[in-house]
Amino acid sequence: MSDAGFLDVIAPGLMTSVQDLGRLGSQALGMPVAGATDAMALRIANAVVGNPENTGALEIGYLGPTLVAAVDGVRVALGGKAKLTVQPAGGEARSVKPWRSLLLRRGDKLTVGAVEEGGVAYLAVAGGFAIQPFMGSLSTYMRSGLGGFEGRALKAGDKLPLNTVAAEGEERELADDIDYGSGPVRVVLGPQEDRFTAKGIDTFLSATYTVTKEADRMGIRLDGDSVEHTRGADIASEGVVTGSIQVPGNGKPIILMADRQTTGGYTKIATVISADLARVGRMKPGDTLQFAALEVAAAEAARREQEKMVRRLIKGIRTALPDVMLDLNALYTQNLISGAVDAPSGY
Amino acid sequence: MSAYPQIRSFGDTGFSVEFGEGIDRGINAMVMALHAALTDTRPAGLVETIPSFRALLVQYDPLVTSRADLESHVRGLLGGLKPQQRAGRLWRLPVCYADEFAPDLAEVAERCKVTPQKVIEIHTGGRYFVYMLGFMPGLAYMGGLEAALHLPRRSSPRTKVPQGSVAIAESMTTIYPWESPGGWHLLGRTPLKLFDAVRDEPILLAAGDEVTYFAVSTDDYAAMLRQVEDGSFDSASLRVKP
Repeated sequence: MSDAGFLDVIAPGLMTSVQDLGRLGSQALGMPVAGATDAMALRIANAVVGNPENTGALEIGYLGPTLVAAVDGVRVALGGKAKLTVQPAGGEARSVKPWRSLLLRRGDKLTVGAVEEGGVAYLAVAGGFAIQPFMGSLSTYMRSGLGGFEGRALKAGDKLPLNTVAAEGEERELADDIDYGSGPVRVVLGPQEDRFTAKGIDTFLSATYTVTKEADRMGIRLDGDSVEHTRGADIASEGVVTGSIQVPGNGKPIILMADRQTTGGYTKIATVISADLARVGRMKPGDTLQFAALEVAAAEAARREQEKMVRRLIKGIRTALPDVMLDLNALYTQNLISGAVDAPSGY
Repeated sequence: MSAYPQIRSFGDTGFSVEFGEGIDRGINAMVMALHAALTDTRPAGLVETIPSFRALLVQYDPLVTSRADLESHVRGLLGGLKPQQRAGRLWRLPVCYADEFAPDLAEVAERCKVTPQKVIEIHTGGRYFVYMLGFMPGLAYMGGLEAALHLPRRSSPRTKVPQGSVAIAESMTTIYPWESPGGWHLLGRTPLKLFDAVRDEPILLAAGDEVTYFAVSTDDYAAMLRQVEDGSFDSASLRVKP
């Protein structure tokens, strides 16, 4: 256990795991990349607490954890949208804002509620977790029980070891929201576009697809019009990338995500461009999407534009203004004392 | 006139170079040659490469390089590419073919119209080539199984195949590094860990390696398993050629 103390996991949330930007360099050995499904949110949340962008943080799926600081001085920030409350030991709970750093003191209980606007959020911790990287990364690959915190999602009773004790000081916040883009999800056709009929390609680019319940970190299975093959769905197994869109025999596309295998034996009609991966990674069952095709060079340009936005957002992280929500309780108390509030009861 | 090599798009983070059709040592030798050439030269923006039977997937960072630049670098390499002659390592791996580890041995023998003993002889008599890894960390697709044992995959895959199971399907043999679902025919089990998180190199085999099997008794299997589990087994001792 680290000398810098730890975070006590009181409730784990629905699917909370340690992730960084992924485990690169061993895919030739069959080792999946894993890593954050919304890399932009992870990078920026890390920047808010002053970490290098690739520092391992908690990826929160759908519903966040409840954590108690077992040491004085744990600086955290939530990357994403969720209701957040902090409750000192024996004190009142107060709401705090996401995208803003916050210093937890010993005994403070941080509760992350349901993720709003997308299915994932990130809790970055200044200094990161004192966890030994596995094959160069802190990302958790749960299917094989590798990496991250004991190779699995968090559970109640876990103690997450910390690298550093954070000092009092100014808090920082993100000034603008991330623009994830809108409209159809952009793809580059291929690598096996020649294994689909013209009608199949047309279906793929015009139908509206719905994210099914069988969507997880490995892949997003879609429901909607079936895409027609020319001659079956099988190919000799070959490498795949995150964003590869496989179409198995039933014609329903599957977008391969962070926990994808390194290779696959199904025809792939297209690949989600890298600038749209974070947006797709945030999708939830029931969300709908359409696809639009563009050329590789345009996809690369879109990614460079997006990177400019990320750099601008990180550069724009500023000293946090006093958090009005933090002081609601204090204001309320003062108002009662001064008698300035004449609110109807129950207000 | 050959349509190969052929380049295919994987969005703005990858492209593949296909060298031919089907599972063939000559085609795969070109895949491995390009894999080695890119690993050696590491052009800017290259993330990594994934070799498979007949194609090399080249992954890149579009913020550092572009498809146009990296593709032109790769095309430049293709002209001077010699089929990868540098042989990989040669392994000699123990397999216990006892009934308790070989639920499909009798059926394979029956369907191939040979005795179970003959199946073991054929399986241990082969020299297998690791074409690629995939499906799960450390799972090697090894080709070169004698035609007498070629069978399609099981019509109903098992939901749980034990770790270390040694199996065959079509022209391939493999070893399951993990307990997992699987549709191949199980002929035996190795006490080795094809994946071991605490080993310096967690994944034992690499594409381009060659593998032979030798049969061990249940007693030898148990003894080796104990060594593997207490960490005293030296997996390097299984390498005939380094």
